[in-house]
Amino acid sequence: MNDTVGIVIVSHSKDIAKGTADMVRQMVGSEVKVAFCGGNPDGGLGTNVSLIIDAINDAWSTKGVAILVDLGGAETNSEMAVEMLEPERRKMVVVCNAPIVEGAVMAATEAAGGSSLEQVRAVAEELTAG
Amino acid sequence: MLETSADGPFITGKVRLVHAVGMHARPAVKLTKLAKRFQAQISIRASETADWINAKSVAKVMALRAPRDSLIEIKAHGDDAEAAVAALIDLVATDFPDAGS
Repeated sequence: MNDTVGIVIVSHSKDIAKGTADMVRQMVGSEVKVAFCGGNPDGGLGTNVSLIIDAINDAWSTKGVAILVDLGGAETNSEMAVEMLEPERRKMVVVCNAPIVEGAVMAATEAAGGSSLEQVRAVAEELTAG
Repeated sequence: MLETSADGPFITGKVRLVHAVGMHARPAVKLTKLAKRFQAQISIRASETADWINAKSVAKVMALRAPRDSLIEIKAHGDDAEAAVAALIDLVATDFPDAGS
């Protein structure tokens, strides 16, 4: 009942992903589950499908999960990660078309109020709509 | 500093923004989260000439860019409108304390 949409942050840089997650926790609070991943196994820049799936599992909620990404590969790998989930979970995960930091803070703010996944996504994407 | 009056079906109130740097991101998140706890429709504006905006929309509240000493006007409509206006006035008047989630 009190479950809130989970937030996953996927950046090419682990520092950016972690920093964004820190901002969400400090600005919005701890009632929203936030998971993040970024960088490749060698410590360089990149994104990794299996790490994204782990992050989705960490942030999992019965209300679903909203993913915020930075550039190109973060988006395609996130979409691939969603494709690899079981069919019934797949439709409960969305990749938001929004700037990573602002989108994450706004999505989490909306999620904290108990909103649905579609509402959370719409708020994150409000920024892109201008 | 604050006043509350019944204006037709709306409960209204005004409060001076005392936050040092005005309505920036963190206060906007706190205000939106608090507004969402109420069923009432809640609108705010930062000057008498501005359009009313939905207090539950974090993007719109952040975009207010209200500077320090702005007079924030709040109006609400619905069953818990009075409690909503009182709670929001208190949040702004007490400079957005960290207490509560």
